[in-house]
Formats: sequence, structure tokens, C-alpha cells
Amino acid sequence: MKSSVITFPGSNCDRDMDVALKKFGFKNKMVWHADSELPKSDLVVLPGGFSYGDYLRCGSMASKSKIMQSVINFANSGGIVMGICNGFQILVETGLVPGVLLRNKYLEFICKNVFVKIKDKKNKYFKNVDKEVFEFHIAHNEGNYFCTNDQLKEIEDNNQIAINYCDENGKIVDQFNPNGSIKNIAGVFNKEKNVLGMMPHPERMIDTSLSGEDGSLFFKNLINNLK
Amino acid sequence: MIVNEQVAVDHGLKKDEYAKICELLKRTPNITELGIFSAMWNEHCSYKSSRLHLKKLPTKGKKVIQGPGENAGVIDIEDNDAVVFKIESHNHPSFIEPYQGAATGVGGIMRDVFTMGARPIANLNSIHFGSPQHKKTKNLLRGVVHGIGGYGNCMGVPTIAGQTSFDSSYNGNILVNAMTLGLVKKDKIFYSKAAGLDKPVIYVGSKTGRDGIHGASMASASFDEKIEEKKPTVQVGDPFTEKLLLEACLELMAGDSIIAIQDMGAAGLTSSSIEMASKGNLGIEINLNKVPCRETKMTPYEIMLSESQERMLIVLENGKEEQAKKIFDKWNLDFAVIGKTTKSKKIELYFDKEKVADIPVNTLVENSPMYDRKWKKAKLPKKNKIKKEDIKHLKIIDVLKKILANPNICSKEWIWQQYDHTVMGDTIQKPGGDAGVVRVHGTDKAVAASVDSSAVYCWAHPLTGGKQVVCESFRNLISVGAKPIAITNCLNFGSPENEENMGEFVECVQGIGEASEYLKFPVVSGNVSFYNQTKDLGIKPTPAIGGVGLIKDYKNMITMDFKEVDNLVLVIGKTEGHIDQSLFARTILDEKNGPPPEVNLFNEKNNGETLLKLIDNKLIKSAHDVSLGGIITAVVKMCIKGDKGINIKKPKYLINEIEYLFAEDQGRYIIEINNKDLKKVADILNKNAVHFDELGKIIENELYINDKTKVTIDELSTSNKSWLTNYMSK
Repeated sequence: MKSSVITFPGSNCDRDMDVALKKFGFKNKMVWHADSELPKSDLVVLPGGFSYGDYLRCGSMASKSKIMQSVINFANSGGIVMGICNGFQILVETGLVPGVLLRNKYLEFICKNVFVKIKDKKNKYFKNVDKEVFEFHIAHNEGNYFCTNDQLKEIEDNNQIAINYCDENGKIVDQFNPNGSIKNIAGVFNKEKNVLGMMPHPERMIDTSLSGEDGSLFFKNLINNLK
Repeated sequence: MIVNEQVAVDHGLKKDEYAKICELLKRTPNITELGIFSAMWNEHCSYKSSRLHLKKLPTKGKKVIQGPGENAGVIDIEDNDAVVFKIESHNHPSFIEPYQGAATGVGGIMRDVFTMGARPIANLNSIHFGSPQHKKTKNLLRGVVHGIGGYGNCMGVPTIAGQTSFDSSYNGNILVNAMTLGLVKKDKIFYSKAAGLDKPVIYVGSKTGRDGIHGASMASASFDEKIEEKKPTVQVGDPFTEKLLLEACLELMAGDSIIAIQDMGAAGLTSSSIEMASKGNLGIEINLNKVPCRETKMTPYEIMLSESQERMLIVLENGKEEQAKKIFDKWNLDFAVIGKTTKSKKIELYFDKEKVADIPVNTLVENSPMYDRKWKKAKLPKKNKIKKEDIKHLKIIDVLKKILANPNICSKEWIWQQYDHTVMGDTIQKPGGDAGVVRVHGTDKAVAASVDSSAVYCWAHPLTGGKQVVCESFRNLISVGAKPIAITNCLNFGSPENEENMGEFVECVQGIGEASEYLKFPVVSGNVSFYNQTKDLGIKPTPAIGGVGLIKDYKNMITMDFKEVDNLVLVIGKTEGHIDQSLFARTILDEKNGPPPEVNLFNEKNNGETLLKLIDNKLIKSAHDVSLGGIITAVVKMCIKGDKGINIKKPKYLINEIEYLFAEDQGRYIIEINNKDLKKVADILNKNAVHFDELGKIIENELYINDKTKVTIDELSTSNKSWLTNYMSK
């Protein structure tokens, strides 16, 4: 399986993603934002970080990068595109996934483990995964997912909500919403479910010495689904 | 502008210093030259009050590759890997403008580390605020934490450990010390020593603006009521540009075109160019019209003294300019050839085709003032005798809850949750433990780091306090299973012109020196911050020690959370019942006098090394050093972290229960072992003449003391975790 990770100026989880993808069997290439062509890929990842310093608006400048046109074309032709954290912010800026990401409710950066409930398994990311609740790690300042009521109805009707923040038993309650996201949304798909944007960082949970191992589960499952 | 004595005094120079400048130059300096002298001769850059004493610190060791004098210290961690690290203060700017002050402190220290070719792998910080009741404290704390996070998070470097304290002596002068560790290959370390003639001098990074002019001079003065006017001297940070600068520099460093490189920190272009020339015994000529400026009509004086952030100065091999420029172009950073190395041994500046400065380098460096300031030796205070009636009415659990909720003990989760501590995917021990630990990427090795200070002990008796901080750092590293290698120190004190403050400095440094010599824990880098005072009142002496150690196989790392019910808990080291200066004495008895706990270096070394042996023999399930709050506080923290309880039985000592549980005697650790290993552990401890007590057995979620006093760990956890969150949300 071939993957590509895009490096924008200010990306800082690009290496971590590269390490994770390779660990679980992807042949990964790092792609520079100013390139115009995407290498042949089965998966494209927009990594976390602070592209363009998060100046103007998180992800907005990166969404206009030269490489993004190819990424958008790739996504529109059904290619698997995953945006993590800042990558999610870039995805919403391109319009590939609906909604926006606001500043966290308590106006503070949050770095901690959270639980998320898998909301939909009819997609390449979570198909066959034999677990309902994942322990993931978040580290962000602008992860407060917001969309209009119409949009919300639409993504709910289309089962576009990928994961919700929850307690360890999978109960989606306000108390376990770390950033004020509407309906505890932690990740959303596009309509076709080939594009996923999510705030948690699975690449930070890929061995027992780190924050946990649910990231390993996620990547193993993903590569199997793509084969 | 005509330069005279008054102008020099306005620049922070003393009258005799100005006379010396005129004598060295054999003429009156012009305003640009005066600015350069004032920047190089202030306390912050010249270490004029501290140099004499810093020389006494042990700085060498088998593992030391580079000691003090470079951008940062470097230690050997085997297999051609080296760790570059340093701690630095950004106290004054952080008080004036907490967000930017703290942010640029973090940015500055990271630059010191990557200037040497190392990729930063961990950040730490030691931050100290005034009394929680003081009107400024909350905003300062919030601003500083946001600033540290804002910069470090954006850079993608995990903040893995830190220390926060509150004390009214910081009401008008907070402390913000930032530390960074970087990883480099031993044969790819870069230094600041220029070499060769006619080599191009290159400016890279951000453009130069009018921010931070005289920042270093401001850092060398006391605060008064006009402090708000100093806001423009605070630099403004741009972590995004620094991230680009980091990547661009490391990309250039992968080749072999750099002769010398130096970041522009305090005193900007002035100190960076002069340090490179001085170390290389060369001259440097700069055309200031070539310096990329952010603002129009900047004068030579402003260009030389600007402390705009995210800039570097490089001496390049001839003919490599184009190749280097390409890299900086790729990262969208300024790149300008601004001058060359010369044999003149002078710093020569040109602007609009005119020579605007012409100063022999040695007058700025070797001939800079050095003072043997007067200082007062501190007396060891008399011990207090605790009266039975003072403690008779105390209920242990109430006292314990108060101690756990004390601002200096309570959980700092509210702070470190705002720092990205997991980026780079190698953080295997997060903040909240004895030390932060990161793996050396792609290897089995891990590096542990901790930052400590004990201002109260240093205030009560500077010599003992100085020793104690080094020992605490040593213990924190050992508690996670790391072999301590070296330290960096950030020496925060009041005015060196005050004999008592100077005495605190001299004796703390002596204590640090004695302990680091004895423990073979040399000082490889550091920074002195004087004039931490408002008007005549100095802060409590606060040397912060950043310790670094190595874990050969990260799978053997130890954490402090209790692991398993029925395991045994021992206390390593003797408890004598020293209550003076303990948190118990200060907060429960309201007794502020008395000596700090004695430091016995033999015991520190012996107890620590023996614990490392136990860890090597895989006999230790969890460990934690005993410090502020004594045995009971240490044990309860282990319970909270591990979600377990304990039944404590006080050993049959002469001292009473309160003294046993709350005393802050040094050289002690709490360890958890498996029941069946007791004989083996006891044998090793006895063989090495290490005193130990059997403290009790791990149980489910409750605390018992001598079978009777009972409280749930959840209740204690709430006391410990809620104070800071409640305080900040009010």
C-alpha cells in the first residue's frame, strides 16, 4: 500500500505520521506543499501541526497550497484522504468535509487522552474494526466542531459523523466533550466517506510505551481495508 | 547624538565603566558604539558579577562533550548520539508581558539548542509566581502558560516536565525559566567559533524590527513603578518562523558548508557577531544596509541592538552562498550576505558607505568589567523545637488534605494539559512524574530530564539549599530509572549590588558546586539572572537546576504509580524528623524560621546508586523521591497515580507520627516491591549500608495509618487536583 503525507510549512506531526504509516506496512512518501503532483497513492494524509502558523485562520492558507488541487482531485475521484488535527482544519477549509473548527470552548490548548465512539463502520476507515470505543489522544487549540442546523441534519442523515467524544463506556455525554464540539463530534466524513477529518491523533498511540495502543488498531485495520 | 557620561549612564553603564570605554578606545565612542558597549557589558551578557564565582563550578566529566561557554552544553549518550541542553531565564519580559515574554523565552532556548545542530526533542520549564492572592498572579500565570504552550506547541516539540511554585517574594518579579533538550550526532555538532579570513557572514531568518531594543539591558535592571513603560523592550515571538528556521538550519547543517553559527538572542546582532569573532580571534565587517529590516529608516544603533526573534548569523565556506540561499528560499526565509570575516580583530560596521563603528573585539569581551562584589555569609538558623501542644490537636487527614491542596504541592494538570507533551511520538513519561522521559528516536535509549528548585531552603540557608537542589534533581532522575549525567542551571537572584543577595548567590553556587562535584553531575550550561527584585526587595534566591540522565533500555523505565495490591512499600533513607522549613512547618504551624534539612552527600549518592542497582535487577515496581510534604505526600501521590491505597505502619522510631510522615529529610525514596523480593531487596540495601523502613502494603483505594485513620484515595485526589483548576476558573 502506498501512502503520501503532505508537509506544509509549519506541519509538525508529519514525521510522526510517516513513522506510524511505515510501522503498519505502508510505503510512505513525504510530499512538499509546493509540489503540484501527488505520487501514486492509496492513501493521502494531511498531518497535524500549525500550517502557516495558524495565522489568518487554522488551515486556511494551507488549503490554498499548490499540492491541494491534486489532493482535492484525488479525493473527488474517490481517493482515500485523511486529515488529522490541523489536517482536519485544512479539510474543512477546502470544503471537502462540512463544518468549521472553532477555538476550544475554554479557550485553552488541550493535550490529553480521550475516548471516542465509532459512529459509522460502513467505510474504509472503520470497517471490520471489532471495537466500539477507542482511546485516542488529542492536542489542539481549535477543535470545537461547529456547523449549521441544516448541515448537522444532513451529516446525520448521511451518517457522516465518524467519531464522537464519549466516556470509556461509549456514552456520549457533555462532560466528556473536551472542546465544546457540537454533538461531541470528533471527526466527520464527506458524503462518499472516502475523506475523513478528525481531531484525535492515532499516530501518537502506536505502542504500549506511548499514550496507548488504539492507534495501532486503527492503522492495522485501515491498511487491511485498503488492500 | 553627542555621547557623554550622562548618555552612558542612561544606557545602564556606570560612570567608571564609561571612563574605561573611553580609555580602551582612546576616544569618545559614538552612539552606536556606546549602544554596543552597553549591550555587551551589561550583567546579562557579560556576567560581570557572577563570572568569578561561576568559574568554581565543576564543568568537566567523562560524558561532557561541551561545557559552559557555547550556546548550550553537550553530553555523550553513546552510539555517536549526544544531547544538547540548556536552561535560560526570561523573567523580566514575562512580568511585563507574560504571553510574549514566556513565548520568546521558549523560542530563545530552542534556538540555542538547534544552533548547535541538534533537533529539539523536549522542553521543560520552571515558573514561579507571587502569592495566589496577589492581584496580578492569576493573569500572569495564565499568560505565561499560554505563551509557553503557544510557542512550544507550534514548534512541535513536546513539553515533558516542569515546576510551578507560588511565593509572595515573586509578587513583583515572576520567574520564567525555559529549558530545551536536543539530539545531535556527535560528529555533527556546530559551534560558534568563526574561522578563516574573508568568509561570508550570513544573516538568516526573520527581518529586523525595532522590537526588543535594549532587552538585555532591561533584564539587567531592577523594576520600579515605571515598569509598564518598558513594554516595547519585550520581543514578539513568531513560532511559525522559528519552525521554518529550525528546518532550514537543519537542512543546511546536513551538508558541510557552515563554519560557525550563532543565534541572535540577547543583544541580537551585536552579541552574535562579537561572540563569533571573539571565539575565532578574528574581526568581522558588516554592511548594515544589507541587513533585512522590517521597518523603514532604522538606524545602525537600532539594527545592532534590536532583539527581533528568529534570526541567526552564519559564517559560511566561500562559494556555498547560492546553495545555502536555495534552502532558505525554499522555507521562505530571508537570507543575506551582510559581511565577512577579517584579520583586523575589530568589529567594523558600515552604513550608507560610512564607517559607523570600529571597536576592537577584545575590548568588548576580554576587557569587559568583572566585579568581586561584596557579599555576606549566611548563618545557619537555629533549630526550632516542635512543642507537643502545637500538634496535639492536629488531625492527620485534615493536615494531609491541606498539604495536598497547597498551591506548591497540588496537581499542575491544568498547566501541563495546555502543553503538547506527546508530539514527536517518543514521550514515554509525561508531566506529573518525577522526570519527563523521551525515547531517543528509533533506538532503545531514552533521555530523562527534570527541573527543580527549592527557594525556601535556599533562602533559609543558601549553601545547604544550593546542594539540596542538585540532589533533588539527581533523585528525580534516579526515580525514573535514569543514570544522572549532567545539569544546567538558571540562577535567579536579587541585586548583586546588595550584599545579602550577592551572598545568597555566592553560597548557592558554592552548594551547587559541592553537590555536583560529589555526585559527578557536572554543570554543562547555564544562565544567571540578577536584579530579580522590585525596588529594594529581592526574590527568594531561586537557582533552578535542570538535570539530564540516560535510560539505556526504555523498557526499564520506572514510573511512580503504585502497580499492584499486596506489594510492599519501603522508604529508602533515614527519616530523622526534620520539620523546619518543611511545608508542614510553614503552612500548618506557620513557622517560617529554622534551618533547611541537612544534605548528606554520601547518603544521597549511596542511596541513589543503590536504588539504580535495584532497578537494574528489576526489583522495583514503582519509585518516587520524597521531597516537599514528606513521606505521606509522596506515598499519596503514588496512590493517586496508580489508583491504589496503602496501609501505613509507622516504624518504631523515637520521633512521633507527624514528624515521621511530614518531615523533609533528604536522600529518601519510596519504592514498591513484590513481597517475594523483600529478602533480595533487603540484602542489597543492607550490603550497601542503606537505611530502609518497611512502610506498608498496597491495598485497594484507601489510606490507613496504623490500621485506624482511614480516608479514600478519591477524596485525597480531589483535594490534590481541584485547587489549581478552581483557582483559575474563579
